[in-house]
Amino acid sequence: MKEMRNTTIVVAVTLALAVTAACGKKKVATGPQPPPAEEAPVVTPNPPPPTERVEDRTPVAQPLADESITNKSLDDLNRDSPLKPVFFPLDSAELDETGRAIAQANAGVLKKYSAWGITIEGHCDERGTAEYNLALGERRAVAVKTYLSSLGVSPDRIRTVSYGKEFPFDMGHSEDAWAKNRRGHFVITSK
Amino acid sequence: MSKHVTTWRLSAVVAASVALIATTASRAAVEQAQQPSEVALVISGGDAGTPPRYAVPDFVALTPDASEIAKTLGQVLWDDLNFEREFYMIPRDTYGSIPAARTPEQVPFNSWRELGADAVVFGTVQRTGNDVRVQVRLFNVRSRQSVFAKEYSGSANNPRLYAHTISDEIHDQQRGLKGVARTKLAWVSDRDGVRLGDTVENRQVKEIYYGDYDGANQRRVTVGRRLNLNPSWSPDTRALAYTTFRPNPDVFVSLIYQGVLQNPTKGIGTNYLPVFSPDGKQIAFMSGRDGNPEIYAMNVDGTNLRRLTNTQAGDSSPTWSPSGSQIAFTSDRTGKAQIYVMNSADGSGVRRLTVNESEADRPTWSPPPFNEIAYAASTGPGYDIKVLVVSTGEVKQLTFGEGSNEGPAWAPGGRHLAFTSTRAGGRTQVFTIGRDGRGLRQITREGNNQTPAWSN
Repeated sequence: MKEMRNTTIVVAVTLALAVTAACGKKKVATGPQPPPAEEAPVVTPNPPPPTERVEDRTPVAQPLADESITNKSLDDLNRDSPLKPVFFPLDSAELDETGRAIAQANAGVLKKYSAWGITIEGHCDERGTAEYNLALGERRAVAVKTYLSSLGVSPDRIRTVSYGKEFPFDMGHSEDAWAKNRRGHFVITSK
Repeated sequence: MSKHVTTWRLSAVVAASVALIATTASRAAVEQAQQPSEVALVISGGDAGTPPRYAVPDFVALTPDASEIAKTLGQVLWDDLNFEREFYMIPRDTYGSIPAARTPEQVPFNSWRELGADAVVFGTVQRTGNDVRVQVRLFNVRSRQSVFAKEYSGSANNPRLYAHTISDEIHDQQRGLKGVARTKLAWVSDRDGVRLGDTVENRQVKEIYYGDYDGANQRRVTVGRRLNLNPSWSPDTRALAYTTFRPNPDVFVSLIYQGVLQNPTKGIGTNYLPVFSPDGKQIAFMSGRDGNPEIYAMNVDGTNLRRLTNTQAGDSSPTWSPSGSQIAFTSDRTGKAQIYVMNSADGSGVRRLTVNESEADRPTWSPPPFNEIAYAASTGPGYDIKVLVVSTGEVKQLTFGEGSNEGPAWAPGGRHLAFTSTRAGGRTQVFTIGRDGRGLRQITREGNNQTPAWSN
């Protein structure tokens, strides 16, 4: 199940990148688009063949949305979210390289679904006091928001909240559990 | 001698009239109690320097339906008097051989003397429907004189409140001490086991609860099935400030006896960790409204907002000094969380207070007469409660690694603290402890309970 979810994401991201790339070069024909199949091939080894130029068509203003995603309810979307959490080192609110890569992918999705409003939740592991972790979680959420803004996602679409250590994702008390709980978690709140 | 009747309010919950007893039978005792000389009223221990030994048997039920209340009053009064540790409380299970008195004249002073008692309480309860009348006397066992005599009447709904009132008045009269038997604790609890109606699974609702200082009469304040955190009592004890996530975290002030909810931060940015100033006119809190967690202060109605910190680090957990002129807070501006102090007017005069801790958080400034800050210090895998004497920098440790101990909150008068600990089976529970680290009591047992606040 997890594997399938990952595949879907790769598809979504690849599509987003492909379409974005195409946009830069050529105008894409509008009109009803067949919904891309969920099981579409992940990689396009060769550049797409040149599109025939068609006159008097309105250029597409934004990347095309994947209807299999846009048709989902918010609950379903968040249950299997195309926006992946950004993880943090211990007692830090700075994005590392991995964190920035995930945030970049999320920024791509957010540009594609430009109607989405999101909340970035800052979470902490159980070490540190409840109060301190509220501040740390706030800084984590803000750090992710700031980075997304630098990538061109409008800050108006992003709310932040700190849950400190109140809502751990993994109830365990191990290094593994703690690592999962130090995160900037993305929740889609409107679409 | 005419009856001298005064009326006074027991609390916001129960109003009761209080009258000095002046029955014929106890006239001599009451005249004794009204002597101007305080020296004669104070019961001392048998030997110089030892605390007087107190006995509190069950109260006498003058009506059959008052027997449960009579038993409760004796037990709760014993517990209340024991809590302050001003007296040596003779265990109640040693009273078995002593004949029960039905009237003040029947108090068997010789038997109490044999048990080593310096003071004995004699009380009666009369019930009429939902009304009760409680009479109580405190006898000096050696002189056989009543040094304290009062009558209370009111509702039978919360008999413990009569015992708490008697305890506070005995402490006041015998020790000049403002007891805390009528104070309350508030905290956050997940005991309802309700999941948040949220798109993310496995999130427990946390509601604000409060109860008597001894853990009795626990009640829920918030009903929104949301995440609620960090309650703070208004100094007049009529309101609780806390954070509710709707889902944006915002500061709310709940007037708990009026059912009025105010929202001074009005949804502007994220707002957490509200604390009332000692005069009740202001609230300090943490907010991310300007892009980083900083300390702010405002009037209770949200006006006169001012930002007090301005760093790249996280500044959190404000607490007011007893005079209100300073605010201590947590900051990780030097890397790890430490406790600092600043002027509450404008955030000037910042000074670091903790110097030998790897991490320190949740400062709580004691009320007068002490000038101390309790905090949670990282001491290994968990935290322990420590107390910093502000004037000297001396640090005292109250807990020693039994579970993780967090969230200290002073009782009014500064003789006790509430805090949370995982020592009882791993869940987080609220405890109280004396300022000397003795007299631990567990207050909560259901679910997890965190971040206590102690009312005046």
